[in-house]
Amino acid sequence: MIDFLHNNLQYLLSGISVGGQYALIAIGYTMVYGILRLINFAHGDVFMVAGLIMIYAIAGGLPMWAAIILVLVFTVALGVAIEKVAYKPLRSAPRMSVMISAIGVSYLLQNCALYFTGGLPRTYPVIPLLTRKVTIWGATTKMVTVITPVLTLILVVVLVLLIKYTKIGMAMRAVSKDFETSQLMGIKINSVISFTFIIGCFLAAVGSLLYFSNYQTVVPTSGAMPGLKAFVAAVFGGIGSIPGAVIGAFIIGICENIIKGAGQNWTIFSDAFTFVLLIVILLVKPTGIFGEKATDKV
Amino acid sequence: MKKVIALVLAMLMVFALCACGGNGDSGEKVVKIGVYEPQTGANGAGGKQEILGMEYANAMCPTVDINGETYKIELVMADNESANEKAVSAATELIAEGVSVVLGSYGSGVSIAASDTFKEAGVPAIGVTCTNPQVTEGNDHYFRICFLDPFQGTVHANFAKESLKASTVYCLGELGNDYDQGLINYFKEAAEDLGMKVVTESFPKDNSDFTSYLNNAKKEGAEAIFAPVSIQYAQLIVEQADAQGVEIPLLGSDTWDNNTIVGATVGKSTELYVSTFYAEGGNPEFEAGIKEWMNADAARLEKNGGNDMLSAVTVMGYDAYMVAVEAIKAAGSTDAAAVMAALPGVTFEGISGAISFNDIGDANRDSAFIKSANTETGAWDFVAVQKA
Repeated sequence: MIDFLHNNLQYLLSGISVGGQYALIAIGYTMVYGILRLINFAHGDVFMVAGLIMIYAIAGGLPMWAAIILVLVFTVALGVAIEKVAYKPLRSAPRMSVMISAIGVSYLLQNCALYFTGGLPRTYPVIPLLTRKVTIWGATTKMVTVITPVLTLILVVVLVLLIKYTKIGMAMRAVSKDFETSQLMGIKINSVISFTFIIGCFLAAVGSLLYFSNYQTVVPTSGAMPGLKAFVAAVFGGIGSIPGAVIGAFIIGICENIIKGAGQNWTIFSDAFTFVLLIVILLVKPTGIFGEKATDKV
Repeated sequence: MKKVIALVLAMLMVFALCACGGNGDSGEKVVKIGVYEPQTGANGAGGKQEILGMEYANAMCPTVDINGETYKIELVMADNESANEKAVSAATELIAEGVSVVLGSYGSGVSIAASDTFKEAGVPAIGVTCTNPQVTEGNDHYFRICFLDPFQGTVHANFAKESLKASTVYCLGELGNDYDQGLINYFKEAAEDLGMKVVTESFPKDNSDFTSYLNNAKKEGAEAIFAPVSIQYAQLIVEQADAQGVEIPLLGSDTWDNNTIVGATVGKSTELYVSTFYAEGGNPEFEAGIKEWMNADAARLEKNGGNDMLSAVTVMGYDAYMVAVEAIKAAGSTDAAAVMAALPGVTFEGISGAISFNDIGDANRDSAFIKSANTETGAWDFVAVQKA
């Protein structure tokens, strides 16, 4: 058993690391869904744009610390701007309209990125701390592999505390329970929604720093796959539930890499697995692992 | 407000008319050469370098004499976006422009996908660096100036056996990519004939995590990794092999001959060999000329990946253009059918070597250049000329 673990540690490490990065994106999906009942399809592309901002910031001559701050600030600003421009005017429209608007934003971001990069893959700058090599129990990997799960867990704990014990957190919980009633109770719904997008995009920006430090190429479609997998993770864990999204993301990340290591005939199914998982969970337990059963109030 | 909009629209229409007038009255005779290349997507970087060679050739040789009349040669670009599903619309675009001959594409998959479109329109195409046999097989309209994958696969197998003394080789390609899978198959055939063990795996499109594949290679005890993949993936593989401490030599196909990849190896412990069509230093006079031309314009340098390092595909782009010009001369007409009829007989002393076509329409080539990445200088070092 120990031997088996030792031999396959490399796969497990890759899985935990990529799982943590999916988790950071998945939180953005799950929180926005919890508040607005909207699947924000543009979220994966916001993540990709965060990667591009970093590349252009460093190319523009900014020092590393300033570039990182710029990425965080700009990504948050982008997320809030998307909400104000593309989602807010549709607040009283049917939910489907907002979803279509989100898909539109997703393609808009991808095509803008295509224009700015000229369609060529761009190389992500090296963040010295994250890309340093470390050897754990015989397996060589980048520092980011170790940092990701730790940082993810810290951020999630902080987030859960924030939602449980602060006033804005209480407001968020109230809004997610009942949109209209909380508005009647005097909760400023717009600022709560903006705050949700701020948190979601902040975490996506952190996720992009970690993800692209590991896979150092950014193309306009870089956000699509991680975004989709994070979304599956959110559904798997029970959309609307933050711990659920995190656990779902780790499960998907680890399983994916185990399948890649399982032998020649299995590797090509690594992506298929994620989506089979989605279908199975929707059939067996539509609310996900931690999802609450919605009760319709008459 | 409405008046303003109406005014703006009216102005736009006037401008549009002016623009039309500008084009029509030149009276110059023009022959159009279609450039069917990826400018975006996974192969965008390579496609742009190939176009650069054609543009340089166009700058050097901007006109052609047909029956005593001077025609201006115009390059018409169409971006196939490195995607098989976009191939036909890009090809149709070129045909609608009335091109006499088409050059391209970088990437075999898109070339195969557009082949029938060119065939139906009766327009000949000259493949520049698409190496899959299916591009020209059974096609009278598709020609090619580079070597083929059965040859390239054998070259790599021989190199792995003779120079790297490998007994097990791990092959990695993109799922459903004609170029990757084709080349891996030819490599496998040749390698197994030489008594090597070959392990093959594929990754899904847009994959960015290669760590597990590299670990599989390590676990299999591979002594070389052969990965004929697009530039986008190649960069990630180089990067992650180093990060994972996988010190197995990497073998790259002609796609890997790109300065972004050699740049990615700087300061790493990577051992990387690529096979290619041309090694820098082969024709100093030509190289000096094209480098001067590239340095004259920042946009050209940007297209080349930021520096003036000459890529083999650029040289091939140049040669392809020149072959097309020779064919137009031989045809004595701008008519696509005449050019197609003239092409099999064309011979040309290119920068990358002598070019003549065999019965299938492929160039007669018998050697490839092997280069290795210098991890200190970030340049390619010439290793050997390898015959199959």
